[in-house]
Amino acid sequence: MTQADIDIQLVAMVTAVACALPGVFLVLRRMAMMSDAISHTVLLGIVLGFFLVGDLNSPLLIVGAAAMGVLTVSLVALLERTRLVKEDAAIGLVFPALFSLAVILISRYAGDVHLDTDAVLTGEIALAPFNRLYIYGYDLGPTGVYLMGVILLLNLLFIVLFYKELKLTTFDAGLAAALGFAPSILHYSLMSLVSITVVGAFDIVGSVLVVALMIAPPATAYLLTDRLPRMIGLSALVGVISAIMGYWIAIAMDASIAGSMAAVAGVLFVLVFLFSPERGMLAIARRRAEQRWLFAQTMLTIHLLNHEGTPEAEQEAQVVHLQEFLRWQPDFAARVVRKAVERQWVIRHNGHLELTASGREHASAAMLQS
Amino acid sequence: MQEQTRYAIQVTDLTVAYREKPVLWDVDMEVPEANLMAIVGPNGAGKTTLLKSILGLMQPAAGQVLIYGKPYQQQRRLVGYVPQRGSVDWDFPTTVLDVVMMGRYGSLGWLKRPGKSERMKAEEALHKVGMGEYANRQISQLSGGQQQRVFLARALVQDAQVYFMDEPFQGVDAVTERAIVTLLQELRSAGKTVVVVHHDLQTVPEYFDWVMLLNVRRIACGPVEKVFTEENLRKAYGGRIGFLRSDQNHHLENMPVEGVAAVETSPTGGTLPAGNR
Amino acid sequence: MDIFQLLSDLFTNYTLRTVAMGSMVLGIVSGALGSFAVLRRQSLLGDAISHAALPGVVLAFLFTRSKEPVVLMVGAILAGWVGTIMMINIVKRSRIKEDSALGLILSVFFGIGLVLLTFTQRLPDASQAGLDKFLFGQAATFLIRDIYAMVFLAGVVLFLLGLFWKEFKLLSFDPEFGESQGFSMNKLDILLTTLLVVAIVIGLQAVGVVLMSAMVVAPAAAARQWTDRLSVMVILAALFGALAGVSGTLVSSTTEGLSTGPTIVLCISLIVFISLLLAPNRGLIWQALRRLRQKRTLYLDGVLADMYSLSRQHDNLEYAHRIEVLRTMNAGRGGVYRSLKTLEAKGLVRRADDRLWALTAEGLPVARRAFLLLHPHALDTPAEKAAQEKGSEA
Repeated sequence: MTQADIDIQLVAMVTAVACALPGVFLVLRRMAMMSDAISHTVLLGIVLGFFLVGDLNSPLLIVGAAAMGVLTVSLVALLERTRLVKEDAAIGLVFPALFSLAVILISRYAGDVHLDTDAVLTGEIALAPFNRLYIYGYDLGPTGVYLMGVILLLNLLFIVLFYKELKLTTFDAGLAAALGFAPSILHYSLMSLVSITVVGAFDIVGSVLVVALMIAPPATAYLLTDRLPRMIGLSALVGVISAIMGYWIAIAMDASIAGSMAAVAGVLFVLVFLFSPERGMLAIARRRAEQRWLFAQTMLTIHLLNHEGTPEAEQEAQVVHLQEFLRWQPDFAARVVRKAVERQWVIRHNGHLELTASGREHASAAMLQS
Repeated sequence: MQEQTRYAIQVTDLTVAYREKPVLWDVDMEVPEANLMAIVGPNGAGKTTLLKSILGLMQPAAGQVLIYGKPYQQQRRLVGYVPQRGSVDWDFPTTVLDVVMMGRYGSLGWLKRPGKSERMKAEEALHKVGMGEYANRQISQLSGGQQQRVFLARALVQDAQVYFMDEPFQGVDAVTERAIVTLLQELRSAGKTVVVVHHDLQTVPEYFDWVMLLNVRRIACGPVEKVFTEENLRKAYGGRIGFLRSDQNHHLENMPVEGVAAVETSPTGGTLPAGNR
Repeated sequence: MDIFQLLSDLFTNYTLRTVAMGSMVLGIVSGALGSFAVLRRQSLLGDAISHAALPGVVLAFLFTRSKEPVVLMVGAILAGWVGTIMMINIVKRSRIKEDSALGLILSVFFGIGLVLLTFTQRLPDASQAGLDKFLFGQAATFLIRDIYAMVFLAGVVLFLLGLFWKEFKLLSFDPEFGESQGFSMNKLDILLTTLLVVAIVIGLQAVGVVLMSAMVVAPAAAARQWTDRLSVMVILAALFGALAGVSGTLVSSTTEGLSTGPTIVLCISLIVFISLLLAPNRGLIWQALRRLRQKRTLYLDGVLADMYSLSRQHDNLEYAHRIEVLRTMNAGRGGVYRSLKTLEAKGLVRRADDRLWALTAEGLPVARRAFLLLHPHALDTPAEKAAQEKGSEA
């Protein structure tokens, strides 16, 4: 591993974690697409800020970009409040317009500056090692690490300080408001943080792939756990894995590093989606198959119980009848009956089924439970 | 020769599960022709689920549904449906007449366009529900009661034998409620069968002939005067039942009055069981 | 360059005409299909589909080494479709909500597309130059055979849209009712989504993956404001889309450094803005005017009610009152003089003297109604009862 390898991976990892933290709350608050909107509109903030101060490295640009992010959120809310368009359409109207404006301003008035529209989409993480921080001539490493590191700390601080409030407003905004927690202040603070994070990550991975780093790791973690702290930790972990694996795959293919990070994050999501021990497709399918048998047996006992003592009981309790009325396939019905007999919920009595005491108990309990 | 009861609807052993969690357990239901039937039960009892699985909108885990003795899939043309009013976006860019004409789409089948006869049927149905002048209105301009009438008109043009209605009285004004009841009675006189998911226990004996009490499983199903007893209601609603004074209601004359909780009256004059809000 | 020159160029200049036609076709299909997407609250699906198409474009090139528009479009359609199916299944089969699924598909597919694109660019025999025009779109490079491909696909899409019009309306308005009538909503959903995918892919070359979503949402959102009919909305959306496509192309062709995609998007955004403000009935200006009118009526009623209430204190109901008194009673509302002038024009009040105003005989019953509306309990007071008796005597 060369120094450049280490530098790039370091930048990638810090960026991924910084993005994953606010991403958790975006995913939980069903506002994931807002990150897509913000990641596009901050460009306008950067451009306008650049026109104002004339320096691409000015910290004022970050302020301008963050303000633009908040403006985007407010514009969407404003548009939605007119009731003329629905929320999803409002997002879809606001960000392309602002982004287009930014792209045109760049290509028209800032073509000669280092602000290149393609780089906006793809980022330039490969250049990260060349932007270094020097203090008194000492090389302290790539600037990207420090920039994203500060943003990461900011995000972490926000989450730690307002953990209780965030949790409450995320899961029950109404209650939070009733308790005096001002959900909207928290909402806009979170959106400001998202904007700042996006601006920082923008240069490194580009506007579209910021969305991948913000959404994919938390979505993956959401399939693995129910607990918020664990979800935050897992998101960060998934982000780090995506960064490292993404980097090496990109090197092997000689392809876009940021794109490869997003792709790995996507693959990790798919793997968890399929194989998560609790919520994975495979686990669900296996559980369903088990449940299906138990469910069918319970259904049988309830069926027998419902018709016990009625005039048609004689007919309803026949094994052959199960196919007709419950619409069960013959061998399925036979297997269900056999299993129920094994459990001693029913007994077979020349072609008839009868409930045992424990079968009756099970049926009533099942009905009460649901 | 004695005439045998014709059953418009026969549901046998219907079990419906959502993600392997049972929502309906082994429900039987039979409704003789030309009856008005109410399905009542507490929230989460599976009333809407029952309706939807009868209509094939949800896949049951077991059981079967017969409409006039044949499986539902073969008898679809005989069935009309009034979904809950809140289930659609009333800001959709379309007119009242257009919505009502959708009731003809089923008989038109794939690709055929609605024409003059569909338009006439739709207008006729609109007059029947007292919405004749509203044909060209945009649907977002309607009040709740008017929306419900439009949905009823849409079901009327389906020209069905059996109607399923999901809470048609929900949130409508008193005038509309009367109009709907009159309409239901007309349908009954014409030999149609109507099944209504209903919330207002107080009006059950007045409006309906047949009733099903449901709470995940069938508690009771039959003629109102036989089945709509306090005992059954208690079974369906648990202890949460608030009920009416018996003198308002001749079917329930013999019901004991003590132990009856307070009546809660909603602005429209209906009562709801206290636990059912 | 002046506008007439530009318009005449449109008819004489071959390249410009080709480009404008392409943009028009894209505007028409995306407007028409976008209407359904917006009504079904799938506005952002377009965003996901257009991003998801990127790897399809590159893969199609990698497999065939051809840059034929049809080949690339087929690749894009397949990838867009796969992305949509994955998104729908993630929402259906896990606890992930729609917004996260959209963001996930959009960004991950774009990432994969970018990896493939950069990978392809570094291949030794890279004849790929131009694939990256799919990022921001480049209508200026349209050839006439691109247009043929676009027109063909657009024709198929619009034909199917017309053919299944009734069914798609049912699907968009009340899918459950449609299902109960025996139409398979699942199949219709797949068909309509496929048409949307195709419509988006048609536009990709001109507008690019990043901004294509605007062409799905914006024409439809603008059209919705002007009409309450689905058919009119779809046609209007197609017109707006075409207008934005052509005007955006023209504007960007005249000016150095204006990419086509962003320019088209700015044009359609302007149309949306105008529609939101000006559309009759729904538009914001109309809403404001309506509110103002309501407020005016409320003011008029208020002044009338005050005059009536003052008159009750005198025996003579047509007693003239000083405007200062009315002003005091209307504290904070203002515009008393203007209200009085309006009422005078309607013949409900008359000016007795420079500062004195009185109810006229016609104005009296109107004022009484206004008063009772504001003070319903006044009916029970003896004075009112007396007035009522007086009224019935007369």
